[in-house]
Amino acid sequence: MTEPLLSAHNIYVSLGGRDVLQDVSLALHPGEIVSLIGPNGAGKTTLLRTLLGLQAAHRGHVSRAPSLRLGYVPQKLNIDPLLPLTVQSFLQLWPGASASHIEGCLDITGAKHLATRPLQKLSGGEYQRVLLARALLNAPNLLVLDEPAQALDVHGQASLYELIGALARSTGCGVLVVSHDLHIVMRQTTRVICLHQHICCQGHPAEVERDPAYAALFGADAKAFALYQHHHDHHHG
Amino acid sequence: MPKPLPFTNITTIITMDNIPAFLLNALMGGSLLALLTGPLGCLLVWRKMAFFGDALAHAALLGVALALFLQLPVTFAVMGIGAVFAIVLLALQRSDLANDTLLGILSPTALSLGIIAINLLPGVRVDLTGYLFGDILAISHADILTLAIGVAVALLILARFWTQLLAVTVARDLAVVDGYPVARLELLLLLLTAMVIAAGVQMVGVLLITALLIIPAATARAFVHTPAQMALAASGISLVAVMGGLACSYVWDIPTSPAIVAAAASLFTISRLINRS
Repeated sequence: MTEPLLSAHNIYVSLGGRDVLQDVSLALHPGEIVSLIGPNGAGKTTLLRTLLGLQAAHRGHVSRAPSLRLGYVPQKLNIDPLLPLTVQSFLQLWPGASASHIEGCLDITGAKHLATRPLQKLSGGEYQRVLLARALLNAPNLLVLDEPAQALDVHGQASLYELIGALARSTGCGVLVVSHDLHIVMRQTTRVICLHQHICCQGHPAEVERDPAYAALFGADAKAFALYQHHHDHHHG
Repeated sequence: MPKPLPFTNITTIITMDNIPAFLLNALMGGSLLALLTGPLGCLLVWRKMAFFGDALAHAALLGVALALFLQLPVTFAVMGIGAVFAIVLLALQRSDLANDTLLGILSPTALSLGIIAINLLPGVRVDLTGYLFGDILAISHADILTLAIGVAVALLILARFWTQLLAVTVARDLAVVDGYPVARLELLLLLLTAMVIAAGVQMVGVLLITALLIIPAATARAFVHTPAQMALAASGISLVAVMGGLACSYVWDIPTSPAIVAAAASLFTISRLINRS
Protein backbone atom coordinates (compact mmCIF):
# COMPACT_ATOMS: atom_id res chain seq x y z
CA MET A 1 0.00 0.00 0.00
CA THR A 2 1.18 3.52 -0.76
CA GLU A 3 2.28 5.84 1.98
CA PRO A 4 -0.61 7.67 3.65
CA LEU A 5 -1.04 11.39 2.91
CA LEU A 6 -2.22 12.21 6.38
CA SER A 7 -2.30 10.07 9.49
CA ALA A 8 -3.16 10.32 13.15
CA HIS A 9 -1.21 8.24 15.67
CA ASN A 10 -2.95 7.48 18.97
CA ILE A 11 -4.29 11.00 19.46
CA TYR A 12 -6.07 12.15 22.62
CA VAL A 13 -7.91 15.46 22.81
CA SER A 14 -9.88 16.81 25.76
CA LEU A 15 -11.84 20.03 25.64
CA GLY A 16 -13.21 21.75 28.74
CA GLY A 17 -12.37 18.73 30.90
CA ARG A 18 -14.18 16.31 28.60
CA ASP A 19 -12.30 13.62 26.70
CA VAL A 20 -13.37 14.21 23.12
CA LEU A 21 -10.95 11.90 21.37
CA GLN A 22 -9.34 8.85 22.93
CA ASP A 23 -6.60 6.90 21.25
CA VAL A 24 -7.66 7.61 17.70
CA SER A 25 -5.42 6.38 14.92
CA LEU A 26 -6.20 6.55 11.24
CA ALA A 27 -4.43 6.88 7.93
CA LEU A 28 -5.72 8.48 4.77
CA HIS A 29 -4.23 7.16 1.54
CA PRO A 30 -4.22 8.85 -1.87
CA GLY A 31 -7.52 8.57 -3.69
CA GLU A 32 -9.48 7.13 -0.75
CA ILE A 33 -12.98 8.44 -0.15
CA VAL A 34 -13.63 8.25 3.56
CA SER A 35 -16.90 9.11 5.29
CA LEU A 36 -16.68 9.91 8.98
CA ILE A 37 -19.91 9.27 10.89
CA GLY A 38 -20.89 9.33 14.55
CA PRO A 39 -23.56 10.67 16.89
CA ASN A 40 -23.62 14.31 18.02
CA GLY A 41 -20.66 15.09 20.26
CA ALA A 42 -18.74 12.07 18.99
CA GLY A 43 -15.73 14.28 18.22
CA LYS A 44 -16.01 14.27 14.41
CA THR A 45 -15.24 17.96 13.98
CA THR A 46 -12.51 17.79 16.64
CA LEU A 47 -10.86 14.91 14.79
CA LEU A 48 -10.97 16.90 11.56
CA ARG A 49 -9.54 19.98 13.25
CA THR A 50 -6.77 17.93 14.82
CA LEU A 51 -5.88 16.37 11.47
CA LEU A 52 -5.78 19.85 9.91
CA GLY A 53 -3.56 21.28 12.64
CA LEU A 54 -6.32 23.57 13.96
CA GLN A 55 -6.52 21.74 17.28
CA ALA A 56 -3.56 20.47 19.26
CA ALA A 57 -3.57 16.85 20.38
CA HIS A 58 -2.79 16.39 24.07
CA ARG A 59 -1.18 13.07 23.33
CA GLY A 60 -0.22 11.38 20.10
CA HIS A 61 0.63 13.15 16.88
CA VAL A 62 -0.47 13.81 13.33
CA SER A 63 1.88 13.27 10.43
CA ARG A 64 1.66 14.62 6.91
CA ALA A 65 3.30 13.31 3.78
CA PRO A 66 5.47 15.94 2.07
CA SER A 67 3.27 15.56 -1.01
CA LEU A 68 0.08 16.44 0.89
CA ARG A 69 -1.91 19.29 -0.63
CA LEU A 70 -4.93 20.07 1.50
CA GLY A 71 -8.23 21.56 0.44
CA TYR A 72 -10.42 22.37 3.43
CA VAL A 73 -14.14 23.11 3.29
CA PRO A 74 -15.27 24.33 6.72
CA GLN A 75 -18.83 24.04 7.97
CA LYS A 76 -19.70 27.71 7.88
CA LEU A 77 -17.75 30.94 8.00
CA ASN A 78 -18.76 33.58 10.47
CA ILE A 79 -18.09 36.76 8.53
CA ASP A 80 -19.09 40.10 9.98
CA PRO A 81 -21.88 41.76 7.95
CA LEU A 82 -19.86 45.00 7.97
CA LEU A 83 -17.08 43.35 5.95
CA PRO A 84 -17.71 44.10 2.26
CA LEU A 85 -16.44 40.96 0.57
CA THR A 86 -17.39 39.54 -2.80
CA VAL A 87 -16.87 35.89 -3.71
CA GLN A 88 -14.00 36.92 -5.96
CA SER A 89 -12.19 38.97 -3.33
CA PHE A 90 -12.73 36.15 -0.82
CA LEU A 91 -10.94 33.73 -3.15
CA GLN A 92 -8.20 36.30 -3.75
CA LEU A 93 -7.21 35.94 -0.10
CA TRP A 94 -5.70 32.57 -0.95
CA PRO A 95 -1.95 33.19 -1.21
CA GLY A 96 -0.94 33.81 -4.81
CA ALA A 97 -4.31 33.24 -6.47
CA SER A 98 -4.50 34.62 -10.01
CA ALA A 99 -7.74 35.89 -11.51
CA SER A 100 -7.84 33.17 -14.15
CA HIS A 101 -7.16 30.41 -11.61
CA ILE A 102 -9.99 31.72 -9.43
CA GLU A 103 -12.36 31.87 -12.38
CA GLY A 104 -11.42 28.32 -13.38
CA CYS A 105 -12.09 26.91 -9.90
CA LEU A 106 -15.41 28.74 -9.60
CA ASP A 107 -16.33 27.33 -13.00
CA ILE A 108 -15.60 23.75 -11.89
CA THR A 109 -17.99 24.01 -8.93
CA GLY A 110 -20.64 25.82 -10.97
CA ALA A 111 -20.23 29.07 -9.05
CA LYS A 112 -18.74 31.30 -11.75
CA HIS A 113 -21.86 33.45 -11.93
CA LEU A 114 -21.49 34.24 -8.20
CA ALA A 115 -18.07 35.93 -8.55
CA THR A 116 -19.23 39.48 -7.91
CA ARG A 117 -21.88 38.64 -5.30
CA PRO A 118 -21.33 39.59 -1.64
CA LEU A 119 -20.35 36.52 0.35
CA GLN A 120 -22.88 37.17 3.12
CA LYS A 121 -25.80 37.14 0.67
CA LEU A 122 -25.27 33.61 -0.68
CA SER A 123 -27.68 30.74 -0.10
CA GLY A 124 -26.49 27.58 1.66
CA GLY A 125 -25.85 25.72 -1.58
CA GLU A 126 -24.08 28.64 -3.25
CA TYR A 127 -21.92 29.09 -0.17
CA GLN A 128 -20.78 25.46 -0.27
CA ARG A 129 -19.88 25.71 -3.95
CA VAL A 130 -17.82 28.83 -3.26
CA LEU A 131 -16.05 27.18 -0.31
CA LEU A 132 -15.39 24.13 -2.49
CA ALA A 133 -13.97 26.34 -5.25
CA ARG A 134 -11.68 27.98 -2.70
CA ALA A 135 -10.47 24.57 -1.54
CA LEU A 136 -9.67 23.68 -5.18
CA LEU A 137 -7.32 26.67 -5.54
CA ASN A 138 -4.62 24.62 -3.83
CA ALA A 139 -4.98 21.78 -6.39
CA PRO A 140 -5.55 19.44 -3.45
CA ASN A 141 -4.82 15.73 -3.34
CA LEU A 142 -6.92 15.51 -0.17
CA LEU A 143 -10.22 17.33 0.24
CA VAL A 144 -11.45 17.64 3.81
CA LEU A 145 -15.10 18.60 4.23
CA ASP A 146 -16.96 19.20 7.48
CA GLU A 147 -20.64 18.37 7.08
CA PRO A 148 -20.81 20.12 3.71
CA ALA A 149 -24.47 19.27 3.13
CA GLN A 150 -25.80 20.32 6.53
CA ALA A 151 -27.63 23.45 5.40
CA LEU A 152 -28.97 21.98 2.17
CA ASP A 153 -32.24 20.34 1.15
CA VAL A 154 -32.22 16.76 -0.07
CA HIS A 155 -31.81 17.68 -3.71
CA GLY A 156 -29.04 20.14 -2.90
CA GLN A 157 -27.28 17.51 -0.80
CA ALA A 158 -27.40 14.96 -3.59
CA SER A 159 -26.02 17.34 -6.20
CA LEU A 160 -23.27 18.60 -3.88
CA TYR A 161 -22.13 15.05 -3.12
CA GLU A 162 -22.33 14.25 -6.83
CA LEU A 163 -20.06 17.23 -7.51
CA ILE A 164 -17.56 16.14 -4.87
CA GLY A 165 -17.62 12.61 -6.28
CA ALA A 166 -17.04 13.90 -9.81
CA LEU A 167 -14.13 16.04 -8.60
CA ALA A 168 -12.57 13.07 -6.85
CA ARG A 169 -12.97 10.97 -10.00
CA SER A 170 -11.53 13.54 -12.38
CA THR A 171 -8.58 14.65 -10.23
CA GLY A 172 -7.89 11.43 -8.33
CA CYS A 173 -7.95 13.44 -5.12
CA GLY A 174 -8.82 11.75 -1.86
CA VAL A 175 -11.79 12.87 0.24
CA LEU A 176 -12.43 12.92 3.96
CA VAL A 177 -16.00 13.98 4.60
CA VAL A 178 -17.88 14.29 7.86
CA SER A 179 -21.40 13.13 7.20
CA HIS A 180 -24.13 14.83 9.19
CA ASP A 181 -26.46 11.92 8.59
CA LEU A 182 -25.69 8.49 10.03
CA HIS A 183 -27.22 6.55 7.20
CA ILE A 184 -26.36 8.53 4.14
CA VAL A 185 -22.82 8.49 2.85
CA MET A 186 -21.31 9.43 -0.48
CA ARG A 187 -21.94 6.86 -3.15
CA GLN A 188 -18.22 6.60 -3.95
CA THR A 189 -17.28 5.99 -0.32
CA THR A 190 -14.50 3.44 -0.05
CA ARG A 191 -14.38 3.47 3.74
CA VAL A 192 -16.75 4.44 6.54
CA ILE A 193 -15.31 5.33 9.94
CA CYS A 194 -17.64 5.24 12.94
CA LEU A 195 -16.41 7.58 15.63
CA HIS A 196 -17.59 7.87 19.19
CA GLN A 197 -14.66 9.38 21.10
CA HIS A 198 -12.71 6.43 19.71
CA ILE A 199 -13.02 4.60 16.39
CA CYS A 200 -15.73 1.97 16.92
CA CYS A 201 -15.45 0.32 13.57
CA GLN A 202 -14.36 1.07 10.04
CA GLY A 203 -14.39 -0.48 6.62
CA HIS A 204 -16.34 -0.61 3.40
CA PRO A 205 -19.94 0.57 3.90
CA ALA A 206 -21.21 -2.96 3.30
CA GLU A 207 -18.96 -4.33 6.05
CA VAL A 208 -19.65 -1.58 8.56
CA GLU A 209 -23.42 -1.93 8.37
CA ARG A 210 -23.03 -5.57 9.43
CA ASP A 211 -20.55 -4.75 12.17
CA PRO A 212 -21.89 -5.37 15.72
CA ALA A 213 -20.06 -2.22 16.92
CA TYR A 214 -22.04 -0.13 14.44
CA ALA A 215 -25.29 -1.69 15.70
CA ALA A 216 -24.21 -1.15 19.31
CA LEU A 217 -23.35 2.49 18.68
CA PHE A 218 -26.52 3.51 16.96
CA GLY A 219 -28.98 0.99 18.38
CA ALA A 220 -32.28 1.01 16.55
CA ASP A 221 -30.93 3.72 14.24
CA ALA A 222 -28.33 1.38 12.81
CA LYS A 223 -29.85 0.71 9.42
CA ALA A 224 -28.17 -0.09 6.15
CA PHE A 225 -26.48 2.87 4.50
CA ALA A 226 -28.28 4.77 1.85
CA LEU A 227 -26.09 6.27 -0.82
CA TYR A 228 -26.45 9.65 -2.42
CA GLN A 229 -27.61 9.09 -5.97
CA HIS A 230 -27.79 11.71 -8.62
CA HIS A 231 -31.15 11.76 -10.30
CA HIS A 232 -30.86 12.68 -13.91
CA ASP A 233 -34.18 14.40 -14.03
CA HIS A 234 -32.74 17.56 -15.46
CA HIS A 235 -30.44 18.43 -18.31
CA HIS A 236 -26.92 19.74 -17.83
CA GLY A 237 -26.16 22.57 -20.21
CA MET B 1 -30.53 95.50 16.45
CA PRO B 2 -29.79 91.82 17.30
CA LYS B 3 -26.22 90.90 18.04
CA PRO B 4 -24.61 88.74 15.33
CA LEU B 5 -24.02 85.15 16.33
CA PRO B 6 -20.46 84.69 17.56
CA PHE B 7 -19.52 81.98 15.12
CA THR B 8 -20.31 84.08 12.05
CA ASN B 9 -17.53 86.38 13.22
CA ILE B 10 -15.09 83.62 13.92
CA THR B 11 -15.55 81.71 10.72
CA THR B 12 -14.90 84.83 8.69
CA ILE B 13 -11.91 85.75 10.79
CA ILE B 14 -10.07 82.40 10.71
CA THR B 15 -8.18 81.58 7.54
CA MET B 16 -5.16 79.35 6.96
CA ASP B 17 -2.95 82.43 7.41
CA ASN B 18 -4.03 83.39 10.87
CA ILE B 19 -5.36 80.09 12.27
CA PRO B 20 -4.24 79.85 15.91
CA ALA B 21 -1.15 77.64 16.24
CA PHE B 22 -2.81 75.36 18.81
CA LEU B 23 -5.72 74.75 16.46
CA LEU B 24 -3.40 74.03 13.53
CA ASN B 25 -1.40 71.58 15.63
CA ALA B 26 -4.57 69.89 16.78
CA LEU B 27 -5.75 69.65 13.19
CA MET B 28 -2.48 68.11 12.02
CA GLY B 29 -2.33 65.70 14.96
CA GLY B 30 -5.95 64.66 14.51
CA SER B 31 -5.50 64.17 10.77
CA LEU B 32 -2.45 61.96 11.27
CA LEU B 33 -4.37 59.89 13.81
CA ALA B 34 -7.32 59.59 11.42
CA LEU B 35 -5.07 58.01 8.76
CA LEU B 36 -4.43 55.14 11.14
CA THR B 37 -7.79 54.80 12.89
CA GLY B 38 -9.51 54.12 9.53
CA PRO B 39 -7.89 50.82 8.55
CA LEU B 40 -7.30 49.62 12.12
CA GLY B 41 -10.86 50.47 13.15
CA CYS B 42 -12.13 48.42 10.20
CA LEU B 43 -10.04 45.42 11.22
CA LEU B 44 -11.31 45.69 14.81
CA VAL B 45 -14.93 45.93 13.64
CA TRP B 46 -14.59 43.01 11.23
CA ARG B 47 -13.00 40.91 13.96
CA LYS B 48 -15.72 41.88 16.45
CA MET B 49 -13.04 43.30 18.71
CA ALA B 50 -14.60 46.68 19.55
CA PHE B 51 -14.72 45.89 23.27
CA PHE B 52 -11.24 44.48 23.12
CA GLY B 53 -10.06 47.87 21.85
CA ASP B 54 -11.96 49.52 24.66
CA ALA B 55 -10.29 47.35 27.31
CA LEU B 56 -6.92 48.04 25.74
CA ALA B 57 -7.58 51.77 25.84
CA HIS B 58 -8.59 51.62 29.50
CA ALA B 59 -5.40 49.75 30.30
CA ALA B 60 -3.52 52.63 28.70
CA LEU B 61 -4.07 54.62 31.89
CA LEU B 62 -1.78 52.18 33.68
CA GLY B 63 0.79 53.01 31.04
CA VAL B 64 0.34 56.70 31.79
CA ALA B 65 0.93 56.05 35.50
CA LEU B 66 4.02 54.01 34.70
CA ALA B 67 5.35 56.74 32.43
CA LEU B 68 4.84 59.42 35.08
CA PHE B 69 6.43 57.24 37.76
CA LEU B 70 9.50 56.27 35.73
CA GLN B 71 9.60 59.56 33.80
CA LEU B 72 9.33 57.81 30.44
CA PRO B 73 7.69 59.23 27.33
CA VAL B 74 3.96 58.60 27.76
CA THR B 75 3.39 57.26 24.24
CA PHE B 76 5.96 54.49 24.53
CA ALA B 77 4.92 53.46 28.04
CA VAL B 78 1.29 53.25 26.92
CA MET B 79 2.28 51.17 23.92
CA GLY B 80 4.33 48.83 26.06
CA ILE B 81 1.58 48.34 28.65
CA GLY B 82 -0.95 47.97 25.84
CA ALA B 83 1.06 45.20 24.21
CA VAL B 84 1.49 43.32 27.51
CA PHE B 85 -2.21 43.74 28.39
CA ALA B 86 -3.25 42.55 24.93
CA ILE B 87 -1.20 39.38 25.23
CA VAL B 88 -2.61 38.68 28.72
CA LEU B 89 -6.13 39.24 27.38
CA LEU B 90 -5.54 36.84 24.52
CA ALA B 91 -4.28 34.20 26.91
CA LEU B 92 -7.30 34.66 29.20
CA GLN B 93 -9.69 34.35 26.26
CA ARG B 94 -8.86 30.65 26.18
CA SER B 95 -10.59 30.28 29.58
CA ASP B 96 -14.22 29.24 30.04
CA LEU B 97 -15.48 32.81 30.61
CA ALA B 98 -17.55 34.34 27.83
CA ASN B 99 -15.58 36.96 25.97
CA ASP B 100 -17.83 39.91 26.83
CA THR B 101 -17.88 38.90 30.51
CA LEU B 102 -14.09 38.75 30.52
CA LEU B 103 -13.80 42.17 28.90
CA GLY B 104 -16.51 43.52 31.21
CA ILE B 105 -14.31 42.52 34.14
CA LEU B 106 -10.93 43.54 32.78
CA SER B 107 -11.88 46.82 31.17
CA PRO B 108 -13.16 48.72 34.26
CA THR B 109 -10.53 47.01 36.42
CA ALA B 110 -7.73 48.30 34.22
CA LEU B 111 -9.27 51.77 34.28
CA SER B 112 -9.66 51.77 38.06
CA LEU B 113 -6.15 50.50 38.67
CA GLY B 114 -4.86 53.20 36.34
CA ILE B 115 -6.67 55.94 38.26
CA ILE B 116 -5.48 54.54 41.60
CA ALA B 117 -1.89 54.29 40.35
CA ILE B 118 -1.92 57.88 39.13
CA ASN B 119 -3.32 59.09 42.46
CA LEU B 120 -0.68 57.15 44.39
CA LEU B 121 2.19 58.79 42.51
CA PRO B 122 4.26 60.68 45.07
CA GLY B 123 4.36 64.43 44.70
CA VAL B 124 2.58 64.59 41.36
CA ARG B 125 -0.66 66.40 40.79
CA VAL B 126 -1.88 65.07 37.49
CA ASP B 127 -4.78 66.39 35.49
CA LEU B 128 -6.63 63.10 35.13
CA THR B 129 -9.26 64.60 32.85
CA GLY B 130 -6.58 65.22 30.26
CA TYR B 131 -5.89 61.51 30.04
CA LEU B 132 -9.49 60.34 30.33
CA PHE B 133 -10.84 62.65 27.66
CA GLY B 134 -7.67 63.77 25.94
CA ASP B 135 -6.36 67.22 25.25
CA ILE B 136 -5.85 67.57 21.53
CA LEU B 137 -5.34 71.33 21.86
CA ALA B 138 -2.23 70.77 24.01
CA ILE B 139 -0.42 68.85 21.29
CA SER B 140 3.03 70.23 20.42
CA HIS B 141 5.20 70.32 17.32
CA ALA B 142 7.41 67.62 18.82
CA ASP B 143 4.35 65.43 19.43
CA ILE B 144 3.31 65.84 15.81
CA LEU B 145 6.74 64.81 14.56
CA THR B 146 6.70 61.63 16.70
CA LEU B 147 3.15 60.94 15.59
CA ALA B 148 3.97 61.43 11.91
CA ILE B 149 6.83 58.92 12.12
CA GLY B 150 4.70 56.42 14.05
CA VAL B 151 1.77 56.72 11.65
CA ALA B 152 4.03 56.37 8.61
CA VAL B 153 5.62 53.20 10.01
CA ALA B 154 2.25 51.73 10.99
CA LEU B 155 0.73 52.49 7.57
CA LEU B 156 3.67 50.86 5.79
CA ILE B 157 3.27 47.75 7.93
CA LEU B 158 -0.49 47.71 7.31
CA ALA B 159 -0.05 48.07 3.55
CA ARG B 160 2.55 45.30 3.46
CA PHE B 161 0.44 42.82 5.46
CA TRP B 162 -3.06 43.95 4.46
CA THR B 163 -4.05 40.85 2.47
CA GLN B 164 -2.71 38.51 5.14
CA LEU B 165 -4.42 40.40 7.97
CA LEU B 166 -7.62 40.29 5.94
CA ALA B 167 -7.26 36.54 5.30
CA VAL B 168 -6.87 35.88 9.04
CA THR B 169 -9.84 38.16 9.78
CA VAL B 170 -12.18 36.58 7.23
CA ALA B 171 -11.52 32.95 8.10
CA ARG B 172 -8.88 32.14 10.67
CA ASP B 173 -9.12 28.37 10.17
CA LEU B 174 -8.69 28.65 6.42
CA ALA B 175 -5.72 30.97 6.94
CA VAL B 176 -4.10 28.35 9.22
CA VAL B 177 -4.65 25.60 6.66
CA ASP B 178 -3.36 27.89 3.89
CA GLY B 179 -0.13 28.22 5.87
CA TYR B 180 -0.34 31.89 6.86
CA PRO B 181 1.65 32.71 10.02
CA VAL B 182 -1.62 33.34 11.87
CA ALA B 183 -0.29 33.74 15.42
CA ARG B 184 2.30 36.26 14.27
CA LEU B 185 -0.26 38.20 12.23
CA GLU B 186 -2.62 38.40 15.19
CA LEU B 187 0.22 39.64 17.39
CA LEU B 188 1.06 42.24 14.74
CA LEU B 189 -2.52 43.45 14.74
CA LEU B 190 -2.49 43.74 18.55
CA LEU B 191 0.72 45.73 18.48
CA LEU B 192 -0.69 48.07 15.84
CA THR B 193 -3.83 48.51 17.93
CA ALA B 194 -1.73 49.26 21.00
CA MET B 195 0.17 51.75 18.86
CA VAL B 196 -2.90 53.63 17.62
CA ILE B 197 -4.28 53.74 21.14
CA ALA B 198 -1.00 55.09 22.47
CA ALA B 199 -1.03 57.74 19.75
CA GLY B 200 -4.62 58.64 20.43
CA VAL B 201 -4.64 58.69 24.24
CA GLN B 202 -3.10 62.13 24.52
CA MET B 203 -5.44 63.56 21.90
CA VAL B 204 -8.77 61.84 22.48
CA GLY B 205 -8.28 60.17 25.85
CA VAL B 206 -8.60 56.58 27.04
CA LEU B 207 -12.38 56.74 27.34
CA LEU B 208 -13.06 58.00 23.83
CA ILE B 209 -10.30 56.64 21.59
CA THR B 210 -12.27 53.50 20.65
CA ALA B 211 -15.07 55.70 19.36
CA LEU B 212 -12.66 57.11 16.79
CA LEU B 213 -11.77 53.55 15.77
CA ILE B 214 -15.25 52.02 15.64
CA ILE B 215 -17.67 54.76 14.56
CA PRO B 216 -15.91 55.83 11.31
CA ALA B 217 -15.48 52.18 10.30
CA ALA B 218 -19.16 51.44 10.89
CA THR B 219 -20.06 54.64 9.00
CA ALA B 220 -17.87 53.81 6.01
CA ARG B 221 -19.65 50.52 5.29
CA ALA B 222 -22.59 52.23 3.60
CA PHE B 223 -20.42 53.72 0.84
CA VAL B 224 -18.00 50.97 -0.18
CA HIS B 225 -17.69 47.64 -1.97
CA THR B 226 -14.26 46.31 -0.97
CA PRO B 227 -12.35 46.03 2.32
CA ALA B 228 -9.62 48.42 1.11
CA GLN B 229 -12.20 51.02 0.08
CA MET B 230 -13.77 50.73 3.52
CA ALA B 231 -10.41 51.31 5.23
CA LEU B 232 -9.78 54.45 3.15
CA ALA B 233 -13.33 55.73 3.59
CA ALA B 234 -13.09 55.20 7.36
CA SER B 235 -9.94 57.33 7.43
CA GLY B 236 -11.72 60.02 5.45
CA ILE B 237 -14.68 59.94 7.81
CA SER B 238 -12.33 60.10 10.83
CA LEU B 239 -10.72 63.12 9.25
CA VAL B 240 -14.04 64.89 8.72
CA ALA B 241 -15.04 64.05 12.31
CA VAL B 242 -11.79 65.49 13.67
CA MET B 243 -12.17 68.69 11.63
CA GLY B 244 -15.86 69.04 12.41
CA GLY B 245 -15.30 68.34 16.10
CA LEU B 246 -12.46 70.87 16.32
CA ALA B 247 -14.52 73.51 14.55
CA CYS B 248 -17.56 72.97 16.79
CA SER B 249 -15.36 72.93 19.86
CA TYR B 250 -13.71 76.21 18.87
CA VAL B 251 -16.88 77.98 17.81
CA TRP B 252 -19.13 76.91 20.65
CA ASP B 253 -16.41 76.51 23.27
CA ILE B 254 -17.26 72.88 24.05
CA PRO B 255 -14.83 70.11 25.07
CA THR B 256 -12.91 68.94 22.01
CA SER B 257 -12.80 65.12 22.21
CA PRO B 258 -16.52 64.76 22.95
CA ALA B 259 -17.16 67.17 20.07
CA ILE B 260 -15.11 64.93 17.75
CA VAL B 261 -16.97 61.82 18.90
CA ALA B 262 -20.31 63.61 18.51
CA ALA B 263 -19.30 64.67 15.00
CA ALA B 264 -18.41 61.05 14.15
CA ALA B 265 -21.74 59.86 15.57
CA SER B 266 -23.58 62.44 13.46
CA LEU B 267 -21.82 61.18 10.34
CA PHE B 268 -22.78 57.63 11.30
CA THR B 269 -26.43 58.62 11.69
CA ILE B 270 -26.40 60.37 8.32
CA SER B 271 -24.83 57.31 6.67
CA ARG B 272 -27.60 55.09 8.06
CA LEU B 273 -30.27 57.45 6.82
CA ILE B 274 -28.69 57.64 3.35
CA ASN B 275 -28.29 53.88 3.27
CA ARG B 276 -31.94 53.32 4.09
CA SER B 277 -33.35 55.65 1.48
